[in-house]
Amino acid sequence: MSPVTLDSRIPDGPIEDKWESHRFNMRLVNPANKRRFDVIVIGTGLAGASAAATMAELGYRVKVFTFHDSPRRAHSIAAQGGINAAKNYQNDGDSPYRLFYDTVKGGDFRSREANVYRLAQVSVDIIDQCVAQGVPFAREYGGMLENRSFGGVQVSRTFYARGQTGQQLLLGAYQALMRQVSLGAVELHPRTEMLDLVTVDGSARGVVVRDLLTGEISSHAAHAVVLATGGYGNVYYLSTNAKKSNATAIWRAHKKGALFANPCYTQIHPTCIPASDEFQSKLTLMSESLRNDGRIWVPRDSADTRPAHAIPEEDRDYYLERQYPSFGNLVPRDVASRAAKRQVDTGRGVGPKKNGVYLDFADAIDRLGREVIEERYGNLFEMYERITGEDPYVLPMRIYPASHYTMGGLWVDYNLMSNVPGLFVIGEANFSDHGANRLGASALMQGLADGYFVLPYTIGDYLAGLLGQPPVSTSHPAFSEAQQGVEDQVRQFLSIGGTRSPDDFHRELGKIVWDDIGMERTREGLEQALRDIPALKAEFYRDLRVLGTGETVNDSLEKAARVADFFELAELMARDALHREESCGGHFRVEHQSADGEAQRDDEHFSYVGAWEWTGRDSPQTLHREHLEFENVHLATRSYR
Amino acid sequence: MKFTLQVWRQAGPDDRGHFETYEAQDVSDEMSFLEVLDVVNEDLIREGKEPIQFDHDCREGICGSCGMMINGQPHGPQRGTATCQLHMRKFKDGETIVVEPWRAASFPIVRDLVVNRSAFDRIVEAGGYISVNTGSAVEANMLPVPKSVSDAAMDAAACIGCGACVAACPNGAAQLFTAAKAQHLNLLPQGQAERWTRTEAMVETMEEYFGSCTMHRECEAACPKNISIDFIAYLNRDYVKAKTVNRNLTGQGLSQ
Repeated sequence: MSPVTLDSRIPDGPIEDKWESHRFNMRLVNPANKRRFDVIVIGTGLAGASAAATMAELGYRVKVFTFHDSPRRAHSIAAQGGINAAKNYQNDGDSPYRLFYDTVKGGDFRSREANVYRLAQVSVDIIDQCVAQGVPFAREYGGMLENRSFGGVQVSRTFYARGQTGQQLLLGAYQALMRQVSLGAVELHPRTEMLDLVTVDGSARGVVVRDLLTGEISSHAAHAVVLATGGYGNVYYLSTNAKKSNATAIWRAHKKGALFANPCYTQIHPTCIPASDEFQSKLTLMSESLRNDGRIWVPRDSADTRPAHAIPEEDRDYYLERQYPSFGNLVPRDVASRAAKRQVDTGRGVGPKKNGVYLDFADAIDRLGREVIEERYGNLFEMYERITGEDPYVLPMRIYPASHYTMGGLWVDYNLMSNVPGLFVIGEANFSDHGANRLGASALMQGLADGYFVLPYTIGDYLAGLLGQPPVSTSHPAFSEAQQGVEDQVRQFLSIGGTRSPDDFHRELGKIVWDDIGMERTREGLEQALRDIPALKAEFYRDLRVLGTGETVNDSLEKAARVADFFELAELMARDALHREESCGGHFRVEHQSADGEAQRDDEHFSYVGAWEWTGRDSPQTLHREHLEFENVHLATRSYR
Repeated sequence: MKFTLQVWRQAGPDDRGHFETYEAQDVSDEMSFLEVLDVVNEDLIREGKEPIQFDHDCREGICGSCGMMINGQPHGPQRGTATCQLHMRKFKDGETIVVEPWRAASFPIVRDLVVNRSAFDRIVEAGGYISVNTGSAVEANMLPVPKSVSDAAMDAAACIGCGACVAACPNGAAQLFTAAKAQHLNLLPQGQAERWTRTEAMVETMEEYFGSCTMHRECEAACPKNISIDFIAYLNRDYVKAKTVNRNLTGQGLSQ
């Protein structure tokens, strides 16, 4: 493979004009020629489904793979709160520039300006597209679209469909995708998991996949491969991600040459239901939108054991309102999470295990009435009641931070192409837009921006250069080699014959990652993690037990491959977190904080994207740096006080 | 708490299948039903026996992956609740719980509790969408949608496609699913252009795969999202009208 160069390909010109002029300068593929190009899309969440549908509409031949039984089940479906767009429907001073500014600031000045500006620009088109598809966004009585507010901003720009915004947006994209399936423009492969990327002469030329029903391993060639496989939050084992969300596709692409950027930027979401027992299999998010009306507090006295309603106002500490008067309960996620952790660490946690803080709706119910609260958050309250057995209309919710989203991901240029030509990465799987911390309601925006309005243009520019070339044949040795590798791994997992299940290892790995690469990181902790993770990984390869065969549905076998990749990824996270001697956004190094405990960036030394190159199983990755230029936003200490 | 689980085990589509009995010890009332299956599976793996295969993913009641018959009821005893959101506090300590896959010929069993629900995708593929290519949408607020209409569309759109409605129906009908999918779009102004072709295509595709609805209302009782059978009535009305509209009889006043 040729030496790595990180060319972000950011177009010249003023930031407002970059995307427009880039669109004009990119090469086009004429409609008759689009039929000659095959594109593989992995994943059918918001990014994957919207990209696949849009590329098929344009005329490309698209093959889609998802490990789910239906494209509609991708984890985008679980996003609750909403999607941002700079429509300024509320006339409150919003604009693409403000959305751009909020996102760069929210990301603690660790994202690429040009990408973020484009995101803010196309955000308005997303809402138009989704409404046209029939997404039932919340409406005012006059029939106009309604908005609410999210953390880290002072305008109302979030569009929502009750507490099920992700579901409704995904159904819109899924329906657009199924329309293309019915037209024969998309070939859909459900229950099929990508297990390797195939590169020929350094370019992405296809994938190796495994049919999860029959175990059949097969190769598929194309002119370009698009990964839309989401984030790696499940490295923590307990997270708000779906149980099967995993990093395998991006990790295997990483091992085939794609750089992995900013792996230590992980988002711990402040409002999740605290873990109740050791059998806990996942954590459930309570949407950030709840912080619009809920007030967060803990008892002033850590010895206070009275039930919440019996604690009078003067004995409560509304610590976010106290510490951050201008943003109050709506500070960004990283700030809110750390603040909650500190309360619990000082013994002021609430609930039977003292592992949460209160999110209280009593004031809002007094002010607005129960009906309004029910209309805004009904399904969330119901979900909370199902899980905890407590009625949040009467008792305040108990919440605690949990792993939720990963800002890091595969490195991509302005065209969303990785450093491996022909490999595009969209949605949460890439690193591009959120810097070191993502603002609420921006994941849905980015997934759909990438899928509907960015990739379908930029991929054309790449494909135009391949005109006249048929896809590489799957009989090429690169395919048989990759396929052999996958078959060997399946055989290996089935033959170790140890005593511990993949879940057992995953849970133990998750604990290490949570303790040492979680909300607060220290040099010692990270160094410890770099000893503990390889030791546990070695144990995994010695003592794993996967029963059954590779020729039928075998959940343990699927998990084993994902956990194996999480081990390697966790190590890289620790290495990245260790090298980044600053605190920014979701990456908080205890050694780097201000006197009042806020994150302390080091712009002089760390204003760059850290992109890691795989150099082989037994040697640590090499770091490449993409320096971040800030031409529009003035670098400043983030303040929400 | 402890429970005795009788779980349907079936090695593959062609296997006859049988019940196996498992004891679940040390269950906390905070555990979800799927977490109990997780624990049973960990025990099975320790004993060298293959774990129970079941579909699941988000565990928040929204992806629609999970679903099983629990004591003969789809998703178990709690109304408006998917299996993953069902917690053990809803059961009596010491109870015997019978766990089976969805009962429906149109959802063939893949293995153990895993079934093939791809017939649902075929119904959506037949017309469960609004044909609007990316880029051709008008400015969103150009089209006011009355709040009541949007709310009703949302009530239908809340369907998670789990298949409980089919599993609950003595006829194995998919009317509630199809009605929810179709009426979400049929109610909205954006969905009008294709309303009649959509309705006919979706209903007829549904009938290729599923049984007929005879209004038992079991589907509504089983639906984890409490989707109302009112939508089936709307769908039937639209279907009748679609049959005339689609035959170009509108000029004879038969469409109204």
